[in-house]
Amino acid sequence: MTDSDIGVAPPETLRAAVWGQFRKHRGAVFGLVVLVLLIVFSVLGPFVWGPEKLSVAEALKSKNLGSSFVHPMGTDQLGRDTMQRMMAAGKVSLAVGFVAMIIAIFLGTLVGVLAGYFRRLDGPLMRLTDMFLALPLIPLLLVMVMLFRDKIARNLGPEMGAFVLIVFAIGVTSWMHAARIVRGEVLALKEREYVLASRSIGATSRRVILRHILPNVVSPVMVAATLGVAEAIITESVLSFLGLGFPPDFPTWGRLLYEGLEYMQLYPERVIFPGLAISLTVLSVNYIGDGLRDALDPRIRGR
Amino acid sequence: MLTYTLRRLLLAIPTLLLISLVIFLLVDLAPGSPASEIPLTVPPEVRMKILEALGVNEPLHVRYLLWLKQFFWVEPLNGFDSLFGTNFAEGMQRIISYQSRSPVFPLIGERLPQTLTVIGTAYLLGVVIALPIGIYSAYRQYSLFDQFGTMFAMIGFSVPTFFTGTLFIIIFAVWLGWFPTKYDTTLVVADWESFLKQLRQMAMPVMVLGLANAAAISRYMRSSMLENMGQDYVRTARAKGLDEQVVVLKHVLRNSLIPVVTVIALGIPSIFGGAIITENLFGVNGIGSALIQAIRGNDLPMVQTLAFIFAILIVAFNLIADLLYGMLDPRIRYD
Amino acid sequence: MKLTTALLGAAAALAFAPAAFAERGADGNVNVLYWQAPSILNPYLSSGTKDVETASLILEGLAGFDDKGVVFARLAESVPTVENGGITADLTQITWKLKPGLLWSDGTPVTSADAKFTYEYCTHPEGGCAQAARYEGIAAVETPDDLTIVINFAAPKPNPYTAFVGGTSPILQAAQFANCLGAAASTCTDQNFMPIGTGPFVVTEFKVNDTVSLAANPNYRDPAKPAFATMTIKGGGDAGAAARAVMETGEFDYAWNTQINPEQQAQMTAAGKGVLLNGFGTLVERIEMNMTNPSPDLPEGERSTTKNPHPFLSDINVRKALSMAIDRQILVDIGYGSAGRPTCNLVPAPEMFASDNTGCLTQDMEGAKALLESSGWVDADGDGVREKDGMKLKILYQTSTNPVRQDFQAVIKDWWTELGVEVELKNIDASVFFGGDAGNPDTFQKFYADVEMYANNFDGTDPEPYLAQYKCDKIPGPDNQWQGENINRFCDPAYDALVDELSKTADLAKRGEIAKKLNDMLTKDSFVVVALVDRGRLSAASNTLGGVVLNTWDTELWNAENWFRMK
Repeated sequence: MTDSDIGVAPPETLRAAVWGQFRKHRGAVFGLVVLVLLIVFSVLGPFVWGPEKLSVAEALKSKNLGSSFVHPMGTDQLGRDTMQRMMAAGKVSLAVGFVAMIIAIFLGTLVGVLAGYFRRLDGPLMRLTDMFLALPLIPLLLVMVMLFRDKIARNLGPEMGAFVLIVFAIGVTSWMHAARIVRGEVLALKEREYVLASRSIGATSRRVILRHILPNVVSPVMVAATLGVAEAIITESVLSFLGLGFPPDFPTWGRLLYEGLEYMQLYPERVIFPGLAISLTVLSVNYIGDGLRDALDPRIRGR
Repeated sequence: MLTYTLRRLLLAIPTLLLISLVIFLLVDLAPGSPASEIPLTVPPEVRMKILEALGVNEPLHVRYLLWLKQFFWVEPLNGFDSLFGTNFAEGMQRIISYQSRSPVFPLIGERLPQTLTVIGTAYLLGVVIALPIGIYSAYRQYSLFDQFGTMFAMIGFSVPTFFTGTLFIIIFAVWLGWFPTKYDTTLVVADWESFLKQLRQMAMPVMVLGLANAAAISRYMRSSMLENMGQDYVRTARAKGLDEQVVVLKHVLRNSLIPVVTVIALGIPSIFGGAIITENLFGVNGIGSALIQAIRGNDLPMVQTLAFIFAILIVAFNLIADLLYGMLDPRIRYD
Repeated sequence: MKLTTALLGAAAALAFAPAAFAERGADGNVNVLYWQAPSILNPYLSSGTKDVETASLILEGLAGFDDKGVVFARLAESVPTVENGGITADLTQITWKLKPGLLWSDGTPVTSADAKFTYEYCTHPEGGCAQAARYEGIAAVETPDDLTIVINFAAPKPNPYTAFVGGTSPILQAAQFANCLGAAASTCTDQNFMPIGTGPFVVTEFKVNDTVSLAANPNYRDPAKPAFATMTIKGGGDAGAAARAVMETGEFDYAWNTQINPEQQAQMTAAGKGVLLNGFGTLVERIEMNMTNPSPDLPEGERSTTKNPHPFLSDINVRKALSMAIDRQILVDIGYGSAGRPTCNLVPAPEMFASDNTGCLTQDMEGAKALLESSGWVDADGDGVREKDGMKLKILYQTSTNPVRQDFQAVIKDWWTELGVEVELKNIDASVFFGGDAGNPDTFQKFYADVEMYANNFDGTDPEPYLAQYKCDKIPGPDNQWQGENINRFCDPAYDALVDELSKTADLAKRGEIAKKLNDMLTKDSFVVVALVDRGRLSAASNTLGGVVLNTWDTELWNAENWFRMK
């Protein structure tokens, strides 16, 4: 007999209940719609929108244009269509943001739960966290890139290689805050009555963690995840800026924002579009996170 | 509690030694060399001589042990000497920066005050703004205020400081002409006028960093409050007829602060770390700009020393965060 | 710091007694912005431009270069030449005479012993002197009397204006640096931060990598100069922010090296608070062709070495076609605006050394395509990439990280793609690319790519050492820890012979002729070095600052004693 069997049989599956609650959350639905739109824009956009490739001299004649029918988001200093670049950039930025966030959250939650739950692991794991927090990020990334870039690029090609390396580098260097926060929560949760009760009836650690601890740390993890997406997208732009990121002809939102900065006073749209795209992504992920948290919380779901 | 603290302090020693080794190796192995600062017009033979004079060619373990000795023995002795006018450290080789060929510690000391005033103020401002926003947003979840708070936080978080900094310069310095774009580090605050001048030159970097800090902390505060608002004890407190103000500010807030305090405490070392981009943009000669200049100039001793000082601070503040946990949450037992 | 107090005292004394010195110090304070902040004020311990130029306000040499590149006397009475007997006919000895009555800023007299000491300081084997090249070839420095300095060279020296000439080799005060020889150089923090000099200013406070506060030198040789009583040099930020602080907010009077894009140049000039100054020196942005095979399939130690010639770049027609496909004027327009001009030369200046080579200035895409066709490079399989004997024209094009270079890469990639060449781009952090670390695969010396782009120039006005970099024995490789300067691995015995001839020629006209020929051998005859843009220096000055003359041959602050406030 387990605790989930207590009480009446649930009227609907858990998934349906969560979705039902999620749908009621206006912000979450809005976030989901915006995020889907951004993904559609980036992934399907290039199939619909593809201005013909001009020669350099031709393209330069139409440089630094504002918004128009031909170029809805204008053109850049080399006459390249900004919308086309925004689409290509979106694919990369979204992928980097989410994959790196998932790696970071996975590592952070794993370390945090293990450290908080098992006293014996607490010391070593937290010292490991301290060490990662204390490491200077830029040299660490430089070393990682130097050691692995050529090897990965040879196997996966320069673009895919850069993607794997960047995602991995960002993920591995940004899990520590999530780990600290999760550990703190777990330390408190561990002493709660229901956890003690579950343990006293002989539940295995694995079961206690999966059943009682993890669902209750979802909320701080969601916040960390939201911030993680934004941080990953921005860290990528800093990496590209330092020459550690993607090849230079490979745009990302962060890079477009950085490149546009020089032209901000003359052509504000050069920073507005990438800035808006990053902010919208973060905002929508945040609302989805809010909605998910509410939907996953049985106390709120019941209401 | 006391034994726990002592045990943690003792544990910190091997941890820090390990961290120091990793940092040293990492910085040393990182690509990039002080030679990149030497212009291409300098012939290779001269280049080699310069590097030799910097001591770059000694074996790795020799340099590591020397640096450890300098950090833990020579530099404290020097500090003792300058405090008490003794001369125990005379003739001992100090940690020398490659860029300026002068001891690293006085350089850091010269920069600490600016970092503490500017970045410290920004952090404090961030916390002071973030806590009420977070609390009220959670209390009135999905209200107009909450929506605005969320927007503000997300924009503050998703827009990098290199962008907000430049934007503020264009708005407040170029268009409005209110604030100077460069921080005057020679300014001495002696009277009312110079104090105002100091405030004006601090305004932009503090705003940029305050915004970024407030954004993150308010999100953590809000989420933690929400978590606790739904707890049974809150229902109980309300059920027994407690004043709403007491319920929120005393019961919920106290419990919600636990994770937020960690976040705040963990952020404090970053004050000392400075804000690399912001300090550099506004010309605040703090620790952050020292670090980026040292990294750019491949000033290895400076990077190693700064990174290790941050490591010490991070370990220290982690310990403080843990002890605060115990004080705020009596359910956590350390023994 | 006793020295600080002493200097502060001197500055204060000056402030209270302005009547004694005509108009010295009458114009108050001048604010200068060096966005790369000075780290040290001893140019012998740092070769960074920011350090050398700031130090030139305090320390001076016997002579300097003016804005035309002509040598003029500073501490010397006149510039010695063969005609006036200052240089012996066999070019092995030069005799300098100091102006009589010169004083250091602390009031002690300047003597020839100071110059001799400076020579010993920089040539000390353990000192790691950054300017050692300026003292190369000197056999001895003699001081027959207090005002005479005789420099004896080991071999005839056609260009003797290296030691004690220009901002990179000023004279140090022997009394101050006496204990700083050799390995002790690094322990002399006070001396390195507050050198005593003869220049128009003295340091009052030095905050490393941030601010240098200076005051007029009370003992400066011209009693009416400098017009400014104090100068503040501030560091931090980037080129764009520096230009803005002069041109748009007007907080600073002068900003160094404000390299900004052409649109920003126009916009900031329109703000009306300052002007952009530009001058052309010898800095050339170029594409270097790798004559050896950089393929990663080769074993380590054989990549990019002379053991394996490049599979297709060793064909001159391919190199020529790549150069013909580039429109240099477009590159200037997108990257540099008024601060650049198209060039085909490796040595673009001074005039007497610059070849009249202009053949590359007009783009000839069709000609380039025809050239490749005729030499057998055709696109047989229709994938848009030309090949010959199964070898595809596939290029890895690397450079350092920098917005202008990335724009250049994008545009040049387009041209080359049109030509039928597949291009992969790579950018590397500048501190790695120029780091010269033998263990790192990404340095420009290792050249693990087919072509690479960067800029280089030469010190002073004489291109001989610069052209000598392309000799066969300067090829970088594993045996010399990749320390050579012949980045392209170019090797031509005829070229080497001509360089040797140059080193023995004293006649200036003849030197110019040989230098032009060497330049052409590298550029239009072989297309090993594909010059793109002659990059000028761009600095910003406020409309209220007078007397500024941009100098690309010496330090930018070369005439700071003549600066004044326009009323």
